[in-house]
Amino acid sequence: MNDVAQDVAPPPRMALAQLYRQMFLIRRLEEEAARAYATGKIGGFLHLYIGQEAVAVGAAAVLRKDDYAVTTYRDHGIAIAKGMSARSLMAELYGKSTGCCQGLGGSMHLFDKEHGMLGGHAIVGSHIPLAAGIAFASKYRSDGRVTMCFFGDGAVSIQGFHEGVSLAALWKLPIVFVCENNEYSMGTPLSRTVSVEDISLKATGYGIAHDRFFATEVMEVAQRLSIAVERARKESLPTLVEVRTYRFRGHSMSDPGKYRTPEELDEHKKRDPLVLGRQKLESELHTDKVDALEADVEREVQDAIKFAEESPDPDPSILESTTYDGAFAF
Amino acid sequence: MKQLRYREALREAMIEEMEADDRVFLMGEEVGHYNGAYKVSEGMLDKFGERRVIDTPIAEGGFAGIGVGAAIVGLRPIIEFMTWNFSAIAFDQILNNAAKVRQMSGGQLNCPIVFRGPNASARQVGSQHSHAMEHFYATVPGLKVVAPAFPADAKGLLKAAIRDDNPVLVMESETLYSIKGDVPDDQDAIPLGKATVVREGTDCTVVAYSRMTHVAIDAAERLAKTNVSVEVVDLRSLRPLDEETIIASVQKTHRCVVVHEGWPYGGVGAEIADRVQRLAFDALDAPVLRVSQLDVPMPYNAKLEQHVMPQPERVVATIQRLMARG
Repeated sequence: MNDVAQDVAPPPRMALAQLYRQMFLIRRLEEEAARAYATGKIGGFLHLYIGQEAVAVGAAAVLRKDDYAVTTYRDHGIAIAKGMSARSLMAELYGKSTGCCQGLGGSMHLFDKEHGMLGGHAIVGSHIPLAAGIAFASKYRSDGRVTMCFFGDGAVSIQGFHEGVSLAALWKLPIVFVCENNEYSMGTPLSRTVSVEDISLKATGYGIAHDRFFATEVMEVAQRLSIAVERARKESLPTLVEVRTYRFRGHSMSDPGKYRTPEELDEHKKRDPLVLGRQKLESELHTDKVDALEADVEREVQDAIKFAEESPDPDPSILESTTYDGAFAF
Repeated sequence: MKQLRYREALREAMIEEMEADDRVFLMGEEVGHYNGAYKVSEGMLDKFGERRVIDTPIAEGGFAGIGVGAAIVGLRPIIEFMTWNFSAIAFDQILNNAAKVRQMSGGQLNCPIVFRGPNASARQVGSQHSHAMEHFYATVPGLKVVAPAFPADAKGLLKAAIRDDNPVLVMESETLYSIKGDVPDDQDAIPLGKATVVREGTDCTVVAYSRMTHVAIDAAERLAKTNVSVEVVDLRSLRPLDEETIIASVQKTHRCVVVHEGWPYGGVGAEIADRVQRLAFDALDAPVLRVSQLDVPMPYNAKLEQHVMPQPERVVATIQRLMARG
């Protein structure tokens, strides 16, 4: 099998400052979302990406605007990284009409067609064949686009993963499968859900390239994923990439995370991609400039919250027209 | 006008739509090199090539999902299930992705996809291959479901399904594939949601679809000999449902029987019974009755299978019970 790390990685399309800004924006938006959730302004489920930001931001940095991203219900990170506005995201979490999906999707179903963000899917593994279908369309039309499909380590045991990867391999589709291995399938550790700890090895059964690395530094994530993206774009071949990461919060807001020790969490927080990102950025930029960048993000976050709070609820009149295109079928 | 078999009519619909629109492709098990498990797609691989007539491995969840993904970015897939029974494997893709992606995305995305294949009983294929799956799907907002009984309708409805911007499920029948019928040379798309009165009558309305339309006509012919005049409404489309045509017929006959394959608990028959009592209560001289598959898994034994399936005799007896109420 190919060891993708041996290939030459093209540089990411963005500088570290931009990538750090995106990571910081995602982190701050989610911290505020957690606060709003606690006061009942955001309902349902809220699955935070805190700790994993380097994956989405590094990935999006090597995608074009017209490339596609498809992910799970832990979707805030890639939505922002792919170009969704903070306002659009926060308003959707608040269920408001100005949200990306008019308040119909919520946290788990973020879609932004203009930026190639095609969900936000909440049945584990079922979006993997769907993502392969998007890549199938790109190949069918020879449009040169790449699809990147994200899922967790909890998704690799279900049918959708195997059929999606198998068909993408069989038909040589331009797709990158990114398994964000955050070590837990909800509250169950990897050691109790898979028989082979190295998830990337599943690629060998389908005869596709694979890679596996820790997502600590965002630039490294970008460089490693860029190899798979180029393989998809130039050779129309899929890759399975296992990115090892960690979520600092529970599975969702209702999960206190008692299945892991404080020591384990603390150990991972030493490799917080934002801490590492800021350290690296400070070696490139003056501290004042990093502070200014963060202050700018803070304004954007506060603006998004204000926008979400002041936006109207969606009107019931949109319910039928968003169920069917054209006349309602009953 | 020409005579076509049901499978030929379906094939013509696919060929014409694929010739007219490069976004349309056919995908499924054995659709290409094998020329179709039931020969519906015979010759299409030769005509369109492997880019547009695509054989799949046995992976219903996978290729149904591929279809949905392709549809949301603008292609118009026709996904063939070798039988609708196997769609149970892909139920999640149809229920959670095809039917909901427009709503979840706040109307940003559409899913213009057709799922098609033979549905309900065949002949002695046992309980796992005899499901009438339309009842499960017709309850789902976001989907459309059609079930043609005749070749011309099969062609017209499939053409409409392919052109529709929503997911449309086409329920065919293994036992109808070989029947012949008149198909106009210029048969175009038939609007979804329009039932037809295939036999006029004055005493009782029988509402049916797919193969059961033929059973209903058989029952009507038998009853005509005893001076009971039965009107047969062929639904053609289950969702949208043409309640106008059903209600107009019941207002004329004052009685209504629904005939369908599949079990009696819930389902299309229960839906029609609800609408008729709600919309035409004052017109009814008797309760709305249903003739369905008996409430058991389909048995293999030929006589037991026939016993479990709706038969003209059971339809006749049911109508006679209604007539006996005066």
